[in-house]
Amino acid sequence: MGTVLLVSVIKFLIFVLSILTTAIILVYLERRISAFIQNRLGPNRVGPFGLLQPVADVVKLLLKEDIVPRNAYKAIHDLAPIISISVALSTFAVVPIGDTIELFGYTTKLMIADVNVGIMYILAMTSMGVYGITLAGWSSNNKYSLLGGLRSSAQMISYELSMGLAVIGVLMIAGTLRLDRIVLHQTTYLGGWLPAWNIFLQPVGFITFVTAAFAETNRLPFDLPEAEPELVGGYHTEYTGLKFGLFFLSEYANMVTASAVITTLFLGGWHLPYAESLGLSPFAVSILQVLTFLAKVAVVLLFFIVIRWTLPRFRYDQLMDIGWKFMLPIAIANLLATGVVLLLLNS
Amino acid sequence: MGSNGKITRSKDLTFLERMYITEIVKGLRLTISQMFKPKFTYRYPEERFEPAESFRGRPVLVEENGVERCVACGLCSRVCPALAIEVQASETELEKERYPIKFEINMVRCIFCGFCEEVCPEEAIVMSNEYELVFSSQEEAVFGKEKLLTPMEKLRGRLEFLRNHR
Repeated sequence: MGTVLLVSVIKFLIFVLSILTTAIILVYLERRISAFIQNRLGPNRVGPFGLLQPVADVVKLLLKEDIVPRNAYKAIHDLAPIISISVALSTFAVVPIGDTIELFGYTTKLMIADVNVGIMYILAMTSMGVYGITLAGWSSNNKYSLLGGLRSSAQMISYELSMGLAVIGVLMIAGTLRLDRIVLHQTTYLGGWLPAWNIFLQPVGFITFVTAAFAETNRLPFDLPEAEPELVGGYHTEYTGLKFGLFFLSEYANMVTASAVITTLFLGGWHLPYAESLGLSPFAVSILQVLTFLAKVAVVLLFFIVIRWTLPRFRYDQLMDIGWKFMLPIAIANLLATGVVLLLLNS
Repeated sequence: MGSNGKITRSKDLTFLERMYITEIVKGLRLTISQMFKPKFTYRYPEERFEPAESFRGRPVLVEENGVERCVACGLCSRVCPALAIEVQASETELEKERYPIKFEINMVRCIFCGFCEEVCPEEAIVMSNEYELVFSSQEEAVFGKEKLLTPMEKLRGRLEFLRNHR
C-alpha cells in the first residue's frame, strides 16, 4: 500500500511539473512561431535565441501588484484562477503516456490514475474548467468580463455535445471507457499494414473532436471569451500579476491536455507503428513509447499554434451556427454510420 | 456590401469551400511557407538599417574646406514650419562675406520636412542619414554649429541625390 502511494505521488509530481514546464515552453514557442509566420524575429534577447524569455515573463508576473477591483466579489475573484488551473492540471491524470514501465523491480502503469471510466472523467473535468472562466467574468463586476464569461459558458455547452458524441464513436469501436485499453485497441493493424489508429477509423469523429477541442481550450478561431478587440481581454480583464498568470498558464496547460487526449483517442497514443518487430528490451520499449507519445503531442501542439495564426476569429453567431447546425448533425450522423457498420461487421 | 445593402459576391462558394477543411489546409500551407521566408525586422543594435539617399534624417550643415557653406541668408529659418532654426549672421573676410555666427536647430521641434534643404540657395543645409537622436534634456536637444557641421565627403550621396532629383 505504501509503495503504491509513493509511486502515485512521484508520478503526480513528474506529470504536474512537466505539464507546467511544457506550458511555459509553449508560450515561448507560440511567440516565436507567430513571429516567424509574420516575417518577424520574435523574442530573441533573453538568453540564447531568447530561450529564457518565458523565465523573464514568469518573474515579471510574480512581481506585479495584485489588483482587485473595488466592486469585485473578492472571494470568487480569488477562487476563479485556482479552479481554472487545477482543472487544467487534473485532467491529465488519466492520460496514459506509455503502457507499463518496470523500474527497480516494480511494474507500474504510465498514468497517474487508472480510472475505469477515464473518458467520462476527462469530459467531466473539461466542463468544470468553464466554471473558472465564468466565475472570473462574473466576479470582476465588469461588463466586458461578464460578456466573456457568458460567451464561454454558451460556447462550452454547444461544443461539449459534439465532443461527447465524437468520443462515443471511439468508444463503440474500442468497447471500453478505459483510456489505456483504447490505446491498446489502436495497436493492431488494418489489412496488415495500416495502424488501426482511430483517425483512420473515425476521420469525421477526429475532425469534430479536434474542432470541439479548439473551442474547449478557447483557442483561435474560437477564442471568443477573451476576444481582445471586442472584449478588451474578456474574462481576465480585471486580473493582474500571479492570478492573471494562472489563467494564462491554465490556457496553455489546457492545450497540452487537449493535445494529449487527441493523441490518446485518435492518434494511437504511445503506439509507434512497427516498433514491436524491433525486438527491444521491455525497458527500452517503455522509453520508446513515452517518446512517441511526446512527439505526437508536440505535433498536435504545433498544429494548435499554427492554426491560431492562420484562421481569423469566428463571429459569435457563426460560432453558434457551426456548433449546433454543422458539428452536432455531423457528429450524430457519424455515430449512426459507425453503429451500422459495426452491426454489419459483427453479424 | 452593395449600394442597396445586399451582400454581393463575385462568385458563390463551392461545396468544398463551404466545408472549411480544404480552405483551412490552404491557409496552413500559406502560413507555414511564410515561416521560412527572410525576416523584415532587424536585430537592431547589432544590425542597423542603412537608409537610402532619399532618406530625410537630421538636418546638418555642409562643411567645405573647413568652413560652412552657409551665408546666413536666413531662408531656412524663415521657411521652417516648426520654427526650429535660429540663424545669426556676421561678416567674414572670405569670398562669401557673410557667415552664421550662431546656427541652432532645436531637434525637439524639427519635423524632418526637409523644407530648409529645399529652400537653401547654397546647398548648405541638407538632410543626413542619421536617425538615432536621443536627448536627456530640452537643452541638450538644441544642436549648435559644432554638432551640425559635417564634412562634405560624408554627404556626397545626398548632394548627388539632390542634384539629380530636385
